[in-house]
Amino acid sequence: MEQALSDVRVLDLTRYIAGPYCTKLMADLGADVIKIEKPGEGDPARRMGPFPSDEPHPEKSALFLHLNTNKKGITLNLRCSTGQKILKKLVKDVDILVESFKPETMACWGLDFETLEKINPRLVMASISNFGQYGPYRDFKLSDGILYAMGGDMYTDGMYQREPVKFGVNVVLYEAGSSAAVGIMGANYGAQYGGTGGQYVDISLMETLVSSVDRRVTNLIAYQYCGQQMIRISQAELSFPAGAYPCRDGYFGLTGTGMRWMGVAKMIGDPELEKPPWSTLEAQFDPKRRDEFYERWWFPHLLSRTKLECWYDGQAAGLYCAPLNTTADIMQDLHLRERKFFVEIDHPVAGRITYPGAPYILSETPWQVKKAAPLLGQHNEEVYDRLGYTKQDLVLLRQQGVI
Amino acid sequence: MAKTRLPLEGIRIAGIVVVWAGPWSMQLLAHMGAETIRVESCQRFPAMTRGLFPNPPKLLLDNMPPIMGGYPDREPGDRPWNRSNHANTTLYNQLTMTVDLTRPEGMDIFWRLISKCDAFVENNPPSTMDKLGITYEKMKEVKPDIIMLRAPGYGLSGPWKDYRGLGSNFEEYAGHDILRGYLDMDPSGHSMVFACDHAAGAQGAFVLLAALHYRNRTGKGQLIELSQTEAFLPWIAQALMDYDMNGRIQGTMGNRYPGAAPCGCYRCKGESIAQGTSNLTPDQGNYVFITCHNDEEWQGLCRAMGNSSWTREEKFADTISRYKNQDELDRHIEGWTRERDHFEVMYMLQAEGVPAGPVESYKDAYNDPQLKARGFFEWATQEDCGTHLYPGMPWKMSKTPLRIRRGPARLGEDNEYVYKKIIRVSDEEYAKLDKEGHIGMDFVEP
Repeated sequence: MEQALSDVRVLDLTRYIAGPYCTKLMADLGADVIKIEKPGEGDPARRMGPFPSDEPHPEKSALFLHLNTNKKGITLNLRCSTGQKILKKLVKDVDILVESFKPETMACWGLDFETLEKINPRLVMASISNFGQYGPYRDFKLSDGILYAMGGDMYTDGMYQREPVKFGVNVVLYEAGSSAAVGIMGANYGAQYGGTGGQYVDISLMETLVSSVDRRVTNLIAYQYCGQQMIRISQAELSFPAGAYPCRDGYFGLTGTGMRWMGVAKMIGDPELEKPPWSTLEAQFDPKRRDEFYERWWFPHLLSRTKLECWYDGQAAGLYCAPLNTTADIMQDLHLRERKFFVEIDHPVAGRITYPGAPYILSETPWQVKKAAPLLGQHNEEVYDRLGYTKQDLVLLRQQGVI
Repeated sequence: MAKTRLPLEGIRIAGIVVVWAGPWSMQLLAHMGAETIRVESCQRFPAMTRGLFPNPPKLLLDNMPPIMGGYPDREPGDRPWNRSNHANTTLYNQLTMTVDLTRPEGMDIFWRLISKCDAFVENNPPSTMDKLGITYEKMKEVKPDIIMLRAPGYGLSGPWKDYRGLGSNFEEYAGHDILRGYLDMDPSGHSMVFACDHAAGAQGAFVLLAALHYRNRTGKGQLIELSQTEAFLPWIAQALMDYDMNGRIQGTMGNRYPGAAPCGCYRCKGESIAQGTSNLTPDQGNYVFITCHNDEEWQGLCRAMGNSSWTREEKFADTISRYKNQDELDRHIEGWTRERDHFEVMYMLQAEGVPAGPVESYKDAYNDPQLKARGFFEWATQEDCGTHLYPGMPWKMSKTPLRIRRGPARLGEDNEYVYKKIIRVSDEEYAKLDKEGHIGMDFVEP
């Protein structure tokens, strides 16, 4: 069945998380994505867990499997001139090339944009690097925590009385990858439909975060406007109740309650809370009132109810609230099951695993799983055959360390 | 000089968008030249979209930290809704118009606008659109090939469909809050930074572009439903799949990372004053984040720290023993970083091949040498705010350089252009709608 991006062909030279996530978004909507991996070891993400039963195996990394579903996989050694020549042949027939090597690497290999655009004038080439293709930090190394510290809003994440704390898992890299995908897709749209022709897109992971709505831009503008730097503070310190609180079987969160005190009173069900002093605006900023409220009403109420019960009651009272779900809660969630959010994918080596499914539902061209993540070099024959290489040629190339 | 044609020039997108996700989808596309029009109202002030209140009372303003109260010089001014840092985050490069959708002639204007658009974006609770009669079926009648992007919190079906929440709630539901936070605390320690809004906004922009591809090939539009919580879940796939495969319920790792040691956030010298409410201005301190993934990087760190004798202790001799002795490792390292400037530590460590970088404050960001070299911040002017340096573009394009072409759009700023040039109302009709209160630049409080 035709998908939205069935007319887009991508050469994916990226590795780890941000780049592969960016091309995953394209592959999942039907783009023909050819993932190029180094012969022998492949994408370093193959080394990263979790693994089924904690048994590391290059074909069983859940991270790799998730990020590379729907892509074709070939091996190609870009460090040798034969490999570089093959890449140039592949570039002829694609719309987009995405790479995430250190700056200058592609140029060293004779694969810079100036060279490639002569082969394919409509090519959109995107380079995703830590800090961009130039500047004093150009060659600096990153981890996801460092990226968040420098580019993201880590300064304001946590409590002011102690060190800041980062986002969970690898969320920061997905954030960067999602921004990269929008820019690349936009540039490609211009090339394919907008008359702008091919071009080079220089994407700095740091800049994707500094330009992000995850609150970095908002707080940067605040500093510009009034010279104040946003504090690391929990919502509960500003007004109450707000933020996450323990309940009987976990945690329950609410927000925006500064303006919804009557909803809180309704949720608790004690008419005393609907009257002054509790109902006054001043009371909500008074630490003594807060402590009294917590002790007399709030904690006893929450600790005797499950997070789903709290959620139900909070919603009925018109509050912005939600349970703090664990991964177990999410995978058992009624709503997600009804909506068939999760998908099961069979992989020839890893077996059947449940994956998160579609981030969006398109009425005409749905998100689909067409193929599991590729084994290392799985599509060598198919892809190289199109370039005119025979099976025997591929044996030679393998022996020569090219594929 | 010929104007460079931008990649998305010629695409017109209208939106009834609130808070973060929808506004940001539109802004990302506007940066690349799409003509994006936010449909607003003089009569209705949507929650947390142009600030917390149209006219914030002084008591509240004093208790708002900069994230919500960062007005220029902390003054609401005559038109606070145009001066909110919160609102202005997602308003540059865009157009705005006003119309009262609760009245029939207002809805008529809306449908006439839609007939001129390629796409429509909304991220309201489902009932809001239902009440206005804005459905995909009706959109198709007006513009058969329209692409409609609907981005509610929990989707358009299912038991939680009508549950209300803001970004922080979606984040709680979608599992991020259990997976982050301090190792020695419960989740109540986290603050007001969220990734869910970015997830929904960026993926919304992406899928809209994909739908435009399909439309260009086939002439068909479509309805796209993006549940903000579902859009975030793939970002924690590793944790979800770990539960599915291994039955393990992951919690936070604090500032640590599987396999890496040392890995964490270390105090450096100097103060950094932050602002909470008006009488809370603590020194949050300066920090540096360091991560060593392997022996080589660890050896670089030892060299940078002067090869102190403690680094040669047996308990730090290999990757596994360092990982298991992280608490002690962290204490030693902080003993060293405490004496140094957070940027200085970055330069010293990076010179030895060690990943390290400062936790940048806002002052740091505006002075960051890399961002300066890249020309990342850009000046922009807006009549009610003045001229300021704003965070700029997420990407650099060689043939179609992107920039802030226009500062944060004010309420109703483009009424005349949108009504007369796009919708094509006559001067008489415009005057009538103006008189009836549809057209304006001020909120009319009920």
